[in-house]
Amino acid sequence: MNDTRNTILNRLKAASSDQTMPSARDISNSVNWSSNYTVQLFRTQLQSAHAEIYDATDHSWLMTLQHICRVKHLKNVLLSPATPWGKAIIENSANLPSLKYYDNPVENWKQSLFDGIEAAFTSTYGGIANTGTLILWPDSQEPRLMSLVPPVHIAVIEKTKIYNSFAEAIKAQHWSETELPANMLLISGPSKSADIEQTLTYGVHGPKELVVIMV
Amino acid sequence: MTTKYRKQFSNALAQHEVRNNTENVINKLRKHRLAAFPDQAEWVNLRRHSTAIRVNAISKLPQLLEQLEINLQRNGIQVHWADTTEQANQTVLNIMRFHDARFVIKGKSMVSEEMGLNDFLNTHGIECLESDLGELIIQLAAEKPSHMIVPALHKNRKQIARLFHRQFPSIPYTEDISALAQAARRFLRHHFATAPVGLTGVNFMIAETGTLCLVENEGNGRMCSTAPPVHIAVSGIEKVVECLDDVPPLLGILTRSATGQPITTYVNMISSPRKPNEKDGPTAVHLILLDNGRSRIYSDPELRDTLNCIRCGACMNHCPIYKHIGGHAYQTVIPGPIGTILEPQKNGLDSYGELTQASTLCGACQEVCPVSIPIPKIINRLRWEHIRKNSYSTSGAGSGRRKTEAIIWKIWVWNCIHPGAYNRITSVATSMRRLTDRILAKISPWTTARAVPRLPDTTLHERLKALEIDNE
Repeated sequence: MNDTRNTILNRLKAASSDQTMPSARDISNSVNWSSNYTVQLFRTQLQSAHAEIYDATDHSWLMTLQHICRVKHLKNVLLSPATPWGKAIIENSANLPSLKYYDNPVENWKQSLFDGIEAAFTSTYGGIANTGTLILWPDSQEPRLMSLVPPVHIAVIEKTKIYNSFAEAIKAQHWSETELPANMLLISGPSKSADIEQTLTYGVHGPKELVVIMV
Repeated sequence: MTTKYRKQFSNALAQHEVRNNTENVINKLRKHRLAAFPDQAEWVNLRRHSTAIRVNAISKLPQLLEQLEINLQRNGIQVHWADTTEQANQTVLNIMRFHDARFVIKGKSMVSEEMGLNDFLNTHGIECLESDLGELIIQLAAEKPSHMIVPALHKNRKQIARLFHRQFPSIPYTEDISALAQAARRFLRHHFATAPVGLTGVNFMIAETGTLCLVENEGNGRMCSTAPPVHIAVSGIEKVVECLDDVPPLLGILTRSATGQPITTYVNMISSPRKPNEKDGPTAVHLILLDNGRSRIYSDPELRDTLNCIRCGACMNHCPIYKHIGGHAYQTVIPGPIGTILEPQKNGLDSYGELTQASTLCGACQEVCPVSIPIPKIINRLRWEHIRKNSYSTSGAGSGRRKTEAIIWKIWVWNCIHPGAYNRITSVATSMRRLTDRILAKISPWTTARAVPRLPDTTLHERLKALEIDNE
């Protein structure tokens, strides 16, 4: 195996030239949008990708969540009991469906996760306006499959964390200097496919619905 | 109509349903791409940026691969190198055996197609299941992908409905696209939950952080790389980029060029296996880096541009040849213009050299290429290599040289540099034009379907003389 590695690398090195390349990163595409425009663009882009958006405030988002659960007739919601959002939900669970916690390694309950959970609620690490994208930074509190397996994904995003572009988010949140999570995610709508006749259909393997609460 | 490709292409041209399906889909893809780049100046700028990123990465390829390996290993991802597809297949098999796994669920991966992985694993008693909707359709039909991005684009909903009905008799017959997709969802969900190993391709590998990026819309790539306890990623060695900042421009131009989307539904950036205390994700992540001729392509400064490709498929969507013959007629893993230059370099000009003729050199492929690959120039170069041996490194160089053709051209060249002979030969040809018409009608398939160009009754020189023009 090591021989193969060295053979390949030596072949490449033998052919490598010392020419200096123009630095690609000198070309900058930064924009200067007002924060209102950024939020508006984020909303439009995400909506055009078939996501549902709800506007809320620091005080009203719980009611919005209750409303979403009611209109979608959800029987249960998976959430993290450890995040500030999760704690707030648990304290005000009266008008909510049954709350489920991802408190076990997936091996212990994979089948019930795939078959029994109707929706998951997650926080987000930020948003990207020009593509209408949620940034998720999964960790031990909010594992990766939460935003993938349940048919409905409800995500909350703070408007102050919406950046103009992906490049800007990387810079502003110092990704290069941070230890990246096992699986950093950009999510821009519900799961979809156009593999048959280039006709869009939603909910192929991931969530059929993506609901975003903006606070 | 004698050679392999001539026969194959004329068969393809006779398949009207496939041609209709292909044309319908690529017309949509072209429209979507056009709408995604409304601002010409922005396109030019983004393309320049993306080209610079790829050229930079390729120019530092060995160093970046070493850096990538160090960072992936530091993050806990196991790195394997494969010089050939056989080695890559064997590595997958070894990993499967190590984990005592007899089933693998696959996300979309062109490199696994290049490896012929499914057939290889099947012969070793391991079952493979494709989970991308298009790839699943292809697998159920026992065919090969006809497009890099939309593998089943040659099939329409009726054909897919019949296929699903035959394969899943318990599901009622439907031609509704959503219902077909939901049937696939129900069928695959159980397999995502139970598969011991998931396998995916890779779109970009970031050397700086040791990160594998995977873009997709359905969620099957995420499922395959998250739900099973083991994740195997396969990638060509050329997919590396230098740093995180290189990803946003490339990602933006990739998805817009491919399907006109500003971004795919999911962008998956995998930097490590499951970390301590985490509750899901694979506990083992493997990356297999495949060479399979890439380092040989790398050794030639002109051909090296082939490796800049980010596999968006825009070249095939805009190719007048691809549009008419479809992907299968190429008989390669990757069809279309990029396949026309990549496959003969990988697999030899002796078997694939004729493919370089499958181009009108119209230049549409280069014009839409997000990383400015000079495809027509490389096609010309390979056409040249196909008939000249010299010192070229591409295997099978010179294999297309035919004696009679070479002699005819030599005579023509001699003729052109001897004006006296030229004048005599052209006036003989003109005076015998009834005969030359008949010869022209027979020597080329082109003239069996089209009006034969007729020689005029006087040569150009004679006409100019009659007009008393003499600018020699």
